Amino acid sequence: MLAIKLAYRNLIGAGLRTWLNVFVLSFTYILIIWQYGVIDGWNYQAKFDMQAWEFGNGQYWQRNYDPYDYFSFEESHAAIPELLQKATSEGIVTPILISQGTIYPDGRLQSMILRGISPNQKVIAIPSAELNTKSEEIPVVIGRRMANSCKLKQGDITTIRWRDANGTFDAKEVKVVKIFNCDVPSVDAGQMYISLEKLQEMMQTPGEATMFVVGENSAMKDSISGWKYKSIDFLMKDMTELIKMKKVGGSIFYFILLLLAMLAIFDTQVLSIFRRQKEIGTYIAMGMTRKQVVGLFTVEGAMHAILAVIVGAVYGVPFLLWQMKIGMTMPAGSDDMGIPIAKTIFPVYGAGLVISTILLVLIITTIVSYMPAHKISKMNPTDAIKGKIQ
Amino acid sequence: MEQNFLITINNLVKNFPIGGGEFTALNGINLTFNTGEFVGFVGPSGSGKTTLLNIIGSLDTPSEGSVNVLGREVGKLNTKKAAILRRQHLGFIFQTYNLLPVYSVYENVEFPLLLLKMNASERKKAVMDALVWVGLTDKIKSRPAQLSGGECQRVAVARAMVKKPKIVLADEPTANLDAANSHNILKMMLKLNEELKTTFIFATHDDKVIKYLKRKISLEDGKVIQDEIIKTNKEK
Repeated sequence: MLAIKLAYRNLIGAGLRTWLNVFVLSFTYILIIWQYGVIDGWNYQAKFDMQAWEFGNGQYWQRNYDPYDYFSFEESHAAIPELLQKATSEGIVTPILISQGTIYPDGRLQSMILRGISPNQKVIAIPSAELNTKSEEIPVVIGRRMANSCKLKQGDITTIRWRDANGTFDAKEVKVVKIFNCDVPSVDAGQMYISLEKLQEMMQTPGEATMFVVGENSAMKDSISGWKYKSIDFLMKDMTELIKMKKVGGSIFYFILLLLAMLAIFDTQVLSIFRRQKEIGTYIAMGMTRKQVVGLFTVEGAMHAILAVIVGAVYGVPFLLWQMKIGMTMPAGSDDMGIPIAKTIFPVYGAGLVISTILLVLIITTIVSYMPAHKISKMNPTDAIKGKIQ
Repeated sequence: MEQNFLITINNLVKNFPIGGGEFTALNGINLTFNTGEFVGFVGPSGSGKTTLLNIIGSLDTPSEGSVNVLGREVGKLNTKKAAILRRQHLGFIFQTYNLLPVYSVYENVEFPLLLLKMNASERKKAVMDALVWVGLTDKIKSRPAQLSGGECQRVAVARAMVKKPKIVLADEPTANLDAANSHNILKMMLKLNEELKTTFIFATHDDKVIKYLKRKISLEDGKVIQDEIIKTNKEK
């Protein structure tokens, strides 16, 4: 208690020197919390978007389906089993038929994936209802990335070619009835959405599908013969790994920031030992034990971290809340990196993040303060009183 | 019958390592001190005055011999016990005042009482009493940097006296003061010595201090060459 009282007095008495260190530390807190908040916000938004647009609450894959092997698509469709038919009619799942295709915008050629989806589904956010549009051509829905890469606009008519289940190539005109905006590139880039029934007809695979997306509110994961259930954790694995990597990268920045702040504290404490020798000698002469003096200097250092929490709260809380409200606009082109990034990322600050950052900085500051303070125990009090450098 | 002295020094030797050899700062010192003495170690620089004062103050230890302060063998005290002895019974006054620069006058004087864990009301009273003794009640909020040398030394005296210690050790307390301030400080210490029966031990070579001493112990090359009781005008 005495150490806390004296440390507080010393820090407040030291004025600008204290506040400079406190400000540096508070800046560290805020930057660390903000940076991790942005990563967590990105993580949260990416997961939310991927679930909403693509993964739902899990997927059933036809046993041959491999999303990374386009050649598998020809073999990875099968008749919809009874259980999934029932779930589809209840709106719990939605079937998707997948096939390779080619698009010829303005006479150019581009590979793409054709995805047959029920126009009435509400399981994922694809605006499939637009596929009900009456048109002489086949109505299709594409995302902004696909539209940009093929230079297509809403209302444009173009030719697509595909190969049916018998290996026969066929081609038809399609009309772009809707271009949607989506932050998940795998839903958008190189993908074309078409009515499920129409694609089944084109592919000559009536009543078949490649996969099923389970609705977000459903916990369906029963095993079905010939179909493999893929949990949301499995489907998000790549994204989770990416976020983990991003956090590791962020940790380097975090570490550098922390190092700079600790250097400031360590420097102050080491300088204090030399500059405040006379004061230390006086403490000892007046009856403080060496342990008490070490304790006082350690508490002084640690108190920087506590004051930094208070100072950080004064300017940091409004800043962090403001950032949470307006978000951080990502630079143009960042969504072309192939990973789900929203145009604006809204940071998310969890209690765990705030508390763990505060505790980490507090513990490291205390350790860093203890080290030079420990040197005091070796100081000769008679020389210290006179301020002789030891 | 053996008399109980406040401080007893027997055959004290203090050596300091210098280069490959040793320097003897004190050599065969034998002294005793009673309660209420106003005594000074007098001698030129290097005669051992400060070393002797430091050993009595348990800031240093003897190389040989024994120093008994208030029934405690200084050489046998561990650092914690030595700290407790200083905290409870000893007051220090230094040539350069050694005030805590970031504390106010009040906080500087209060400091020894915080170490004694005295409660707030008693502490406040004791600090104010001490500041009345030294005449600094109007400067309680000032920082040492805002005070003159004389005022700083008065704060140092108040800080040494606030816990009413049995012994006050003053190392060249007037070395940085002008004549008028020196006399004021010494008169104040003499008054406190007489009123509170506190033993004052000085290390000095300042004639102004010597004039106030009731006992003068002259040191030369680490040895006591003279120990004389000085009679006051009244006693003469």
